Amino acid sequence: MGEKLLMKGNEVIAEAALRAGCRCYFGYPITPQTEIAHYLAKKMPQVGGTFIQAESEIAAINMVYGAAGAGARVMTSSSSPGISLKQEGISYISGAELPAVIVNIVRCGPGLGGILPAQCDYFQAVKGGGHGDYKMVVLAPSSVQELYELTVEAFNIADRYRILTMIMGDGILGQMMETVEFRDEEEIIKVDKDWATTGTEMKRDHNTITSIYINPEVLEKHNQKLQAKYRKIEENEVRVETFNCDGADIIVAAYGTVARIIKNVIKMAEKEGIKVGLIRPITLWPFPVAAFEKYSEVPKAFLSVELNAGQMVEDVRLAVNGKRPVYFHGRMGGMLPTQKEILDKIKEIVKGD
Amino acid sequence: MAQQEIIISGFGGQGILSAGRLLAYAGMLEGKNVSWLPSYGPEMRGGTANCHVIISDDPIGSPILNSATTLMVMNGPSLDKFENIVESGGIIISDSSLVTRSPKRTDVKVYEIPATQMASDMGNLTYANIILLGKFLEVTGIISKEAFEQALRKVLPEKYHYMIPDEMKALEAGMKY
Repeated sequence: MGEKLLMKGNEVIAEAALRAGCRCYFGYPITPQTEIAHYLAKKMPQVGGTFIQAESEIAAINMVYGAAGAGARVMTSSSSPGISLKQEGISYISGAELPAVIVNIVRCGPGLGGILPAQCDYFQAVKGGGHGDYKMVVLAPSSVQELYELTVEAFNIADRYRILTMIMGDGILGQMMETVEFRDEEEIIKVDKDWATTGTEMKRDHNTITSIYINPEVLEKHNQKLQAKYRKIEENEVRVETFNCDGADIIVAAYGTVARIIKNVIKMAEKEGIKVGLIRPITLWPFPVAAFEKYSEVPKAFLSVELNAGQMVEDVRLAVNGKRPVYFHGRMGGMLPTQKEILDKIKEIVKGD
Repeated sequence: MAQQEIIISGFGGQGILSAGRLLAYAGMLEGKNVSWLPSYGPEMRGGTANCHVIISDDPIGSPILNSATTLMVMNGPSLDKFENIVESGGIIISDSSLVTRSPKRTDVKVYEIPATQMASDMGNLTYANIILLGKFLEVTGIISKEAFEQALRKVLPEKYHYMIPDEMKALEAGMKY
């Protein structure tokens, strides 16, 4: 590991992308993630890459479609309303099975909403905001160091499976500075992109990148192939942190910024004689079902804490499968739950029967 | 020291965010875990700025502060907003050139320093935040002068490095006040 640096989350995403070999970035500015584009506007040309500030988010995602089709390591970034605009492109890229990375530094909605932290795009990211039976791998870092490591990993996952990978953070992760330590060299997987449209040089048949299959039998087969790929990803790519769960009275499910707040709550609860565990999904899709199954005998209950009206809680309920009650506590509009308010909720659950 | 939780607050342009960055950087150079979180929400558009800095021996949980061990303020509204969240036994450092009232709290250590006036006397208003940080370094002892000077080298663009000797003088003036 190299020198320790103090860097902003957004800048770390951009630096990690460069280190992962990303040489194309297309985006359109929006708070709270514009530092990503700002950083890459300066640095991308220095490594011989292409940076384009597109005329819109829709243009940017279609540039991603093109660059990915040509086999480039490519990224775009935006925040909630901008990600909504990209949904058509996301569905097309997923249908065409192209690898690319999308960053969503989530702000609060609906509509233009506000610029403060939220997790209200969980459904859109993991259940499919675009049309059709597609999936994206969704990574949810909770520290600046993890923003770095998971951004590099996002490019590897995308290439390995020919899939879109999304990094989902919020304004706190994007704007905060924390210590980051970069590796001297990245482990970048090399895949033979023999499907890419790079020119035949008259030596092979031409490659076709498309998401249109008019023949229903062919399209069903294509969908079956996609589903088989998604099952493989569910088997191999689940990432989760379990913290303090063995012997816990109650287990909290939380990701990203909220998981950090929970770690403080765990210390406060300990002083009051309550042992609180934390299951922190790092991949929101594929969801860490096995971690919840493993602890489904927890004495009291599960509690999902989110910055939304209750989205991940549905996946927690599916994973716990009725074995224990699953409660929810959330804040919206850019408001954050205080540690005390979460502790009060935990005490209310643990003491009631 | 287990954990220092610092809120720095004032007007945009007073070097509020950079003061926080300097503290966090110096803390990191002292081998501590650090986090720096700026206000980026709508209140920033109104001209006020604040940041939350944590310097800790342990890994840092939430970077968002609901209470603080130290409050450093460079305008009146910031004192009004944050005075009550300082922990009992904590520290308030106030730029008394700009903050016209004294803190009401009697259970915290209060340091009122006419930092903007002192900086003006030194010929550069931008040293006011450094003067206040000097008092923080002196009272808490968690960051050495050497680490602070190194942080200045890391945080300031090279074209401003010629200012570092004067910045260090400002730091010392704050420590001695």
